[in-house]
Amino acid sequence: MTSPALVGRGITVRYGSNPVLDGVDIDVRHGEVVALAGPNGAGKSTLLAVLAGDLDPTAGKVEVLRRPLADWRLRDLARERAVLTQEHRISFPFPVAEVVRMGRSPWRGRPEEDQDDAIVAESMAATDTTALADRSFGILSGGEKGRTSFARILAQRTGVLMLDEPTAALDIGHQETVLQRARREADAGAAVVVVLHDLSLAAAWSDRLVLLERGRVAGEGAPADVLTGPLLSSVYDYPIEVVPHPATGDLLVLADRRATRENTRDHIREEDA
Amino acid sequence: MTVSAPPQAGTATAVPRPPRARVGRATVLFVSLGVALVVASLAAAGSGQLQIPLAQVAGSFFHHFGLDWGPMPTHPRGDATLWSVRFPRVAMAIVVGAALAVAGALMQGIFGNPLAEPSVVGVSSGAAVAAACAIVFSLTFAGDWTLAVCAFVGGLVTTLTVYVLARADGRTEVVTLVLTGIAVNAVAGALLALLMFLGDTQAREQIVFWQLGSLNGSRWQYVGVVAPLAAVGIVISLLCARNLDLLALGERPARHLGVNVERFRVMLIVVVALLTAAAVSFCGIVAFVGLVVPHLIRMVTGPGHRVLLPASMLAGALVLVVADLGARTLVEYADLPIGMLTSLVGGPFFFWLLRRTRRTAGGWA
Repeated sequence: MTSPALVGRGITVRYGSNPVLDGVDIDVRHGEVVALAGPNGAGKSTLLAVLAGDLDPTAGKVEVLRRPLADWRLRDLARERAVLTQEHRISFPFPVAEVVRMGRSPWRGRPEEDQDDAIVAESMAATDTTALADRSFGILSGGEKGRTSFARILAQRTGVLMLDEPTAALDIGHQETVLQRARREADAGAAVVVVLHDLSLAAAWSDRLVLLERGRVAGEGAPADVLTGPLLSSVYDYPIEVVPHPATGDLLVLADRRATRENTRDHIREEDA
Repeated sequence: MTVSAPPQAGTATAVPRPPRARVGRATVLFVSLGVALVVASLAAAGSGQLQIPLAQVAGSFFHHFGLDWGPMPTHPRGDATLWSVRFPRVAMAIVVGAALAVAGALMQGIFGNPLAEPSVVGVSSGAAVAAACAIVFSLTFAGDWTLAVCAFVGGLVTTLTVYVLARADGRTEVVTLVLTGIAVNAVAGALLALLMFLGDTQAREQIVFWQLGSLNGSRWQYVGVVAPLAAVGIVISLLCARNLDLLALGERPARHLGVNVERFRVMLIVVVALLTAAAVSFCGIVAFVGLVVPHLIRMVTGPGHRVLLPASMLAGALVLVVADLGARTLVEYADLPIGMLTSLVGGPFFFWLLRRTRRTAGGWA
């Protein structure tokens, strides 16, 4: 087994006295996709921000490639690790192609710089943004912005990828291509950690799943082991069913709406009466 | 460790290089700005109460450097007038215009806001207050450089203040920026009023001259102070161009791409103060150049700072040379304050930009 590319130990983040993260441990190894899931406010994005070095934890430590985050020079780190944030905005009307090219900036002045054009083109083709090349990033739709940012992250050509909801605002086809690409990067040796809301997507594309609940790890392991009806129903505080797809065997995570519908009907009946 | 799938041959042909039209446009822009600047400078140097033809202006310039090109001025006082009055003034216009335009572009990059500009947010007034202190209290601790040093300190303090006050969550909203500018300008205006009240008649006159802004009385000696400051500031800005592009993505993404955002920002703020001080220390407040010029350049070449900064530098110099020519010649026997002229044009432009920003941002975001 290879050593983990990304290690978080005892990560705790407190705002005042309430803990957003409470002693979270996480490992992401080369060659695997780890999905972070959990309800709103469980601390997924906070955990990713700590792992990315954007947020100093109250306690705990983070290592990238066996070196503590604080010991990295930012420029060196940018050649090893790329981060996709949730927000995609820009202050000036840069065209899409230039935004993607910004992903190459950590390689400036190095031999790899010669491949810039080819890598930018490949990253844009992979995210279906080639046709947008000359459009201004600022006026793109949410999904197009997300894909452009993902192309920029890919263009960075790093061995560690940290993706915060890369599928947000994407249509189902692009959701699949984005995660497929993340999967491909992992198969080629990258360590990928990805925050996902859609549990069926997480089940389909991740090797391991870390389920967070109120700042703690509620479950960790292979998707089939973590994604069970009882655990999810308790974590999400809503009845949830997990069933295998009849043809493909993929895990489908679905809300069990029977109880809610009963309640609604009861309400209506009461009101009618 | 790099995980790079070799790009497929098919996709590599559809390379989205920076569009060729845009690169071509940048070259055309640089050449035309350069030519226009040279012509405007010669014309400005030849114009005034003593008219000197362009060829003779150029001749005088070349002869000074031992080059026997072109005719010397035919008027007996022609050569002397050029070298003691006209050339230093044109040189000052070039340096100040370049400094102001680059300072504007830089500030817009730091604040991530196209409306940031030294005079709008009050940095120019802050620098002017400190310089006025030097005038009123007759400070001379650094000789010729005293005014510039004071202006730099004033500008730096104001820029830092605005930066701290106007930012929230790593960006500056238009409303916050403009309102902060109003507050800072109000305080600076009050301090300038106080200094005028304290000063004697001569100091008062000098301070009024500051507020209006003028290149009248430019001497080589002053150009010698302003030019090195502006040069240092502009060179550092040009070196920062690529990282300024990354800053447009926001703080976190810029950091993820290897920019030490905090250090970078503080350094740029010092550079803005330096450039503003260079412009303000002998010429007073010349407003809006840093707003109008980078905006027009962006419309031609796009927002990339590697083209924007040097093009703004040339265009700023051109604008100020032409504006100063206007200030000297529009009304006969009168030297209008150049700051008045730039504000007359820049004020409405600022308003138009404000409306447009509001519309495109879908509100006062």
